[in-house]
Amino acid sequence: MIPEPKELRTEEMLLNMGPQHPSTHGVLRLVVRLAGEEVLDVVPHIGYLHTGFEKTMENRTFHQNLTYTPRMDYLHSFAHDLAYALSVEKLVGAEVPERARVIRVMLNELSRIASHLIFVATGLLDLGAMTPYFYAFRERETILDLFEWVTGQRFHHNYIRIGGLKEDLPEEFPGELKKFLDTFDHRVDDYQGLFVGSPIFEGRARNVGVIPPEVAIAYGLTGGSLRASGVNYDVRKAYPYCGYETYDFEVPLGERGDTWDRMVVRLEEMRQSARIIRQALERLEPGPIRDPNPHFSFPPKELLSSSMEAVIFHFKLATEGFEVPPGEAYVPTESARGELGYYVVADGGSLPFRVKVRTPSFFNLQSLPEAARGHFFQDLVAILASFDPVLGDVDR
Amino acid sequence: MIWQLFLTAVKALVLILALLFAFAYITWIMRRGLARFQVRLGPNRVGPFGLLQPIADAVKAIFKEDITVERADRVLYWLAPLIAFTFALAAFAAIPVGPDGWVVANLDMGVLYVFAVSELAVYGIFLAGWASGSKYPLMGGLRSIAALVGYELALGMAILPVVLMTGSLNLQDIVAWQQKHGYLILWQFPAFLVYFVASLAEMSRTPFDFAEAEQELVAGFHTEYASMKFVSFYIAELLHWITGSALMATLFLGGWAAPFGLPEVPVLWLFLKWAIFIFLVLWIWASWFRTRYDQMIRFAWGVLLPAATVWFLITAYYVAKGGAL
Repeated sequence: MIPEPKELRTEEMLLNMGPQHPSTHGVLRLVVRLAGEEVLDVVPHIGYLHTGFEKTMENRTFHQNLTYTPRMDYLHSFAHDLAYALSVEKLVGAEVPERARVIRVMLNELSRIASHLIFVATGLLDLGAMTPYFYAFRERETILDLFEWVTGQRFHHNYIRIGGLKEDLPEEFPGELKKFLDTFDHRVDDYQGLFVGSPIFEGRARNVGVIPPEVAIAYGLTGGSLRASGVNYDVRKAYPYCGYETYDFEVPLGERGDTWDRMVVRLEEMRQSARIIRQALERLEPGPIRDPNPHFSFPPKELLSSSMEAVIFHFKLATEGFEVPPGEAYVPTESARGELGYYVVADGGSLPFRVKVRTPSFFNLQSLPEAARGHFFQDLVAILASFDPVLGDVDR
Repeated sequence: MIWQLFLTAVKALVLILALLFAFAYITWIMRRGLARFQVRLGPNRVGPFGLLQPIADAVKAIFKEDITVERADRVLYWLAPLIAFTFALAAFAAIPVGPDGWVVANLDMGVLYVFAVSELAVYGIFLAGWASGSKYPLMGGLRSIAALVGYELALGMAILPVVLMTGSLNLQDIVAWQQKHGYLILWQFPAFLVYFVASLAEMSRTPFDFAEAEQELVAGFHTEYASMKFVSFYIAELLHWITGSALMATLFLGGWAAPFGLPEVPVLWLFLKWAIFIFLVLWIWASWFRTRYDQMIRFAWGVLLPAATVWFLITAYYVAKGGAL
């Protein structure tokens, strides 16, 4: 007689991942319900990087707030500066000169490339490939050096002012940028060669973490993650700002909305960004870089020693800021992660009444459970990485 | 008899020291090598070319606080690194590094011995995962068992044609056969391919290093280990790489035998051939992704095993026809 085998007892496992974990892209905490290695459910817990920027901004002048904006999304910080400035400029009715607009587009795209480089680097690292990380960081280093040269800062540029820019580009900058772009396209081809077509990558990323287009829209997904699902929505095309409508570029779209598409779409976006920068470089004509309106724009430095009026304006702007007529404004922009906008409410004083940031990472992250359910635990980190969350952007 | 025993003991001691030295410098080769692939420098501050870095690392590891997790199963928690370390060290004993006397144990079942002992080391990994009383190590341990189920059969199947061809399980005989008839990599290329891929899994190297995938499992089975207990695992892991490469060099590249009629120098030729495989593994490590473990098992059972079986039958037919030289 063979004894009847006892029934095997299995249990679900509740696994806490983070906030201290190597691949949660910051301080995200995921509570994962696992059956063996299969992910039954994921619950993202956020708030570990909550800094209260939005509330702090209510107590700083409109100009001072530009110190806080880049610190939310430290990878594509230029987009935050820009989005905030656009909203405030809409409120005060500033006229940004053409040269400033071109430089803004140029640096915004450069910053987007830097952000996407990090995305490719960490995304592939989460799939177990170490080498692409260092390659991508090499290019990013060049970009950060360029930014340091122009703005004085590598991460938190603080280069944008309400109505224009802090100062003009260094004279040799366009040449150096062109030099970088000349090699950049080859580099992107190199990155593509590192993973696209690799059967292991195909196996790990194809049909993994699929987000169908209607689900993507329902969850408010934007940016590359949305376009990977095949939805053609790019704020630069849909609601152009800074003159993006005059630039010639394509919006790369994915087909299936899986990890593979989200990776490749962003790779292609880097190429398109480089294309925009090239066009911007051609349009670069000498001219003013700030709206001369003295009510919100600092007077030129050389006037301070000769004009009493300039000194008064400077003093008033530096001490109490400028008053913004009552009203509200929201200008959507396209950051590397998706639709980014600052909803700014002014009550007539020199401090904003309320600032609410529509950060793309926050909205993108909520579709993680949808994408990860039913997949292997091993793929969870890759799926998370493919949404490209920045936790500063999520928590604010 | 006593003399023999003494001689073996001395040989074993020399081998252990050599292996530990090799381990220390393979960490250096690994870090410098990976750095070369990754446009960076690697350790270069301690000593010339960073050559003293392994020593600095060892000193650091010894002085680290040794933590025992509260929820750990004490006995197994201590035993696991010992098992992993001992068996990893013992596996090399049957691999000859030169003619007759140059092997610690000239076993008639040499091939089987190396396999058996290096597979036993999986117990160390699994027990570590189990005994840590923590979820990440548990998953790492389970994955290593799952991987074992995957690659083990393919590995064994790939070795059978070699044994059929040479008619011996003794590694000295296999080397002697290759000296006479040419390297087995030429005779047995399909078997070599299967063996190489399966042994990447056996050495738990990229693309099959999911048992300690730091991206999702933090550090896999040794997450809860610190200080010298952690180093034991580290040594064991790299010794698998060292032994696995040496075994491949012996089985398929003629072991210690000198190529192209060059003079016989014990150790040297095996070392050079060994270095080829070390480099190959490093190269793969630097350029590939990690597979998922279910994909690896599917690959091992669906591709490697059938391929090895078919090739085994072909070899068997060839040998039966009297083709064995």
